[in-house]
Amino acid sequence: MNFPVLSAITFTPLLLALIVLIIPKSKENWIRWATTILSLIPLALAIYIYIVVQADPGKMHFMEEYSWIPAIDVYYRMGVDGLSAIMLVLTTLLSTLCYYYAIYTIKNRVKEFYFLFLILQVGMSGVFVSLDFIFFYVFWEIGLVPMYLLIGVWGGERRIYASIKFFLYTLAGSMAMLLAIIAVYLETGTFNILEAAAAQPFAGNFVLSAVAFWAFFIAFAIKVPIFPFHTWLPDAHTEAPTTGSVILAGVLLKLGAYGLIRIVLPMFPKPFAYFSYNVPIIPILAVISIVYGALVCMAQWDLKRLIAYSSVSHMGYVTLGISAAAASLALPGGGGPEAVTSAIIGLNGASLQLFTHGIITGGLFFLVGMIYDRTHTRQIKDYGGLGSKLPYYYGIVMVTGFASLGLPGLAGFWSEFFVFRGAFAIMPVYAAIGVLGIVFTAAYILWKIVQFIFLGDFDQEKWDRVTHNAELTDMKTFEKVTMWPLVILMVLIGLYPSLVVRLLNGVSTALFGNF
Amino acid sequence: MQIIIFFLPQLVLLLSMVLVFGIDLVGSNEKKWLPYLALAGSVISLAISLYLFGWVEVTEQTVLGGMIAIDSFALFFQIFAALVAGIIILLSMEYMDERSSSKGEYYSFILLASFSISLLSVSADLIMIFIAFELLSISSYILTGFLRNDGKGSEAAIKYFLYGSIASAMMLYGMSLLYGTTASTNLGQIAQNLSGIDSSLRWVVYPALVLLMVGFGYKTVAVPFHQWSPDAYEGAPTPVTAFLAVGSIGGGFAILIRVMLTGLPDFQVDWVALISALSILSMTLGNLVAISQKNIKRMLAYSGIAQAGYILIGLVSWGGWQAGNVFDGLSGILIYLLVYLVANLGAFAVVIAVENKIGSNQISDYAGLIKRSPLLAGTMVVFLLSLIGIPGTGGFVGKLMVFGAAMNMEYYFLAVIAIINSVIAGFYYLNVIRYMFFQPLDEPAREKIQLTRSLSSVIVLTCAFTLLMGIFAQPFIQFVQASLGIVAN
Repeated sequence: MNFPVLSAITFTPLLLALIVLIIPKSKENWIRWATTILSLIPLALAIYIYIVVQADPGKMHFMEEYSWIPAIDVYYRMGVDGLSAIMLVLTTLLSTLCYYYAIYTIKNRVKEFYFLFLILQVGMSGVFVSLDFIFFYVFWEIGLVPMYLLIGVWGGERRIYASIKFFLYTLAGSMAMLLAIIAVYLETGTFNILEAAAAQPFAGNFVLSAVAFWAFFIAFAIKVPIFPFHTWLPDAHTEAPTTGSVILAGVLLKLGAYGLIRIVLPMFPKPFAYFSYNVPIIPILAVISIVYGALVCMAQWDLKRLIAYSSVSHMGYVTLGISAAAASLALPGGGGPEAVTSAIIGLNGASLQLFTHGIITGGLFFLVGMIYDRTHTRQIKDYGGLGSKLPYYYGIVMVTGFASLGLPGLAGFWSEFFVFRGAFAIMPVYAAIGVLGIVFTAAYILWKIVQFIFLGDFDQEKWDRVTHNAELTDMKTFEKVTMWPLVILMVLIGLYPSLVVRLLNGVSTALFGNF
Repeated sequence: MQIIIFFLPQLVLLLSMVLVFGIDLVGSNEKKWLPYLALAGSVISLAISLYLFGWVEVTEQTVLGGMIAIDSFALFFQIFAALVAGIIILLSMEYMDERSSSKGEYYSFILLASFSISLLSVSADLIMIFIAFELLSISSYILTGFLRNDGKGSEAAIKYFLYGSIASAMMLYGMSLLYGTTASTNLGQIAQNLSGIDSSLRWVVYPALVLLMVGFGYKTVAVPFHQWSPDAYEGAPTPVTAFLAVGSIGGGFAILIRVMLTGLPDFQVDWVALISALSILSMTLGNLVAISQKNIKRMLAYSGIAQAGYILIGLVSWGGWQAGNVFDGLSGILIYLLVYLVANLGAFAVVIAVENKIGSNQISDYAGLIKRSPLLAGTMVVFLLSLIGIPGTGGFVGKLMVFGAAMNMEYYFLAVIAIINSVIAGFYYLNVIRYMFFQPLDEPAREKIQLTRSLSSVIVLTCAFTLLMGIFAQPFIQFVQASLGIVAN
């Protein structure tokens, strides 16, 4: 038998969590460093998987299948294709960076923090590798509890409200999904995600398939989040501790979009196409998310909230890309080979956006955390003229911010370009409105972040007043170490997107090969 | 002679009850080991019933003129009753030491009540059912008011008694109507006679059904027959509350299932409609009222009402059992009862541990529990998550089976109402977690909580089983599937 790579990558954090539990509370530094260093194991495994999957990204690798609860037909099923491999790299990378960053920033209840975070990592990795619905669902929910506690214990002022809201929203979505999973099982007789998709449940009955489609869709839409299910996000992101926000924006939001690509699109192509093209609810919601999110950012003076809303806007691109791909299936006469190409490009853009948004917004939340730790204020108006005082920080923020607004040469450009390249061919109107989002993004990044925080003259008197004489120090070593891997990736993917797109393209092509 | 071994678990319970009671009367010195004698009785009973379940071929039959049924379904509840008795005795040790000197009576009534649960589960005749039912009720009244000097406890016992006697009387009336129509008190005979019943007599069965449901609803705390439970739960000594919340409900479900499936299969359409209504009411009302509760015992009482509502869904969608489907309601009920048993008794163990230390049951007094006892707070999270139904805990498997059964039988509205309720329930269960973890601790209450051995063993065991049932559910599901013998034939 081959070495079970996927079980290892999923459950190493669980093992680490148990180790953390054993280390006595007083040895805080042990806990910190042991977790950080050992978390390199799953990261290394993820890179190994990434390399192996290169060979044939469209198909499942490292399959594992064991009977788990035969009485109700539940299996322990795992496998990765190109998309999962990319998401695993993202998950393990951001987790390791968070563990490292937390060494210096989390001062109270260290043991509990690392324990919960490791459990969270189990849940996230598990979602990306499971190929059985119940198994998938188990991991989907496992992440919920630690995140709830992370927000509630280590969060900001309104943390209790934010944590409950986060939990209940997600619980509501996942309960709907549970019913849909059972319905699919009763229809197809299997919990195997791939087989169920191949069986096309309820294909003969549009109403039933539409109901099941919406149950899944809403569950995932809450997580993405798509307007109007987004209201938990700003609260959760704003109140979470820095590392929590990074993981929320970097990985947890991706779970929803991943579900749309992995489960909803292959299993319910007809309703997805119908509600993307004939009755275009989904593209409308995507466009609203993009434009509304960006407009709120323009009006937002709380820096962390601004980044949170920018996630709503940026995840809207993902929805738009997926929905464009789905809509191509409903084009009159099939749309021809150009439509298929555009659909694949749009889907590639959406999947790429998952990765690029993960590293970019993850980075932005780290950066917000860094300035907040110095000033204890998140009000943009409290800053000003910092460019001359914090040149290093300024530089890193510029790169990350430009990546976020889609400057060519940086990672964000390619994902947005692909999404709109795909969407314009299939749904030009929504694509055209969506492009407004890019304009607004440029506006709020340049105006709100660059101008208000860094440009102008530094006013020492005001600074002392609003920050209670905070010391102005530029980035420390650990902050640089945290940011550099992300910045390097942004540039690398900006210059050579094939690094990631090759894998994603394999997945999208395989998916559309089936339709 | 073969048959007598099937009564051994019950006889052991009864015998140990008599022993505990009798020994307590001899001499005037206090006997500290009496609880252990009671515990030994329940453990032996549990061991025998497990042995019978696993190693002895159970031929389904009725004995004593059809009074008593011997089947694996009944054996399941023998295990259930002995398990409840053992855990409740462990929970009571420290609690009752501090509050009452008449230990012999207390433990013998716990044993008697558990004995009546298992007696209820083997009853196959209306007379027998009524006797066992009353035995359970009466011992429960006494246990509820056991702390004579506690005003709240006495009030609770009186309320419980008044409500219970009316419910029993109505149930008895229902039974007499049933007897009037079918000229038999035997469940099997009743079913036979009802199947060929004259249509002019049919209408008598409907009121009989409703009246029977009053009694069963009172035992399973189904809305609108639940009114006694919050007061009784709050006023009763906490281990007794735990017994009422788990044991008594289990007994209620045992007899409800048997009467409906063995006695009234021909009126399935009617009782399914009736029970779905009760289920919807129970889930919704239980959850909505639980949100505003400040006392954790009351909150668990209302949440228990809601949980009973979920379990009722299993009975509504029992039909999948015959078709050999993966999700069937009856296994759903039994597995749900098991996970509910461990999770709820575990939660009560935590409540008792906290009450022993600080003498309060207010949820706000759980603030900062994580600092005072990480074990209590950590395990309480597991129990509450199981009650919510988060995967990884047994509660998820229970919900999956029950909801799956409802979907399977196409009771979509029930499934949808149940999931909406599960989300509402998340709110108040999380509220306790919120206090334990997020609320800062008041300065004077910073003392750590030390656990006695009996409490910590219950907490660790129930927590382990809650997780086990969630992660390695297979043996437990097989166990309950094996328990479903004759009831559905």
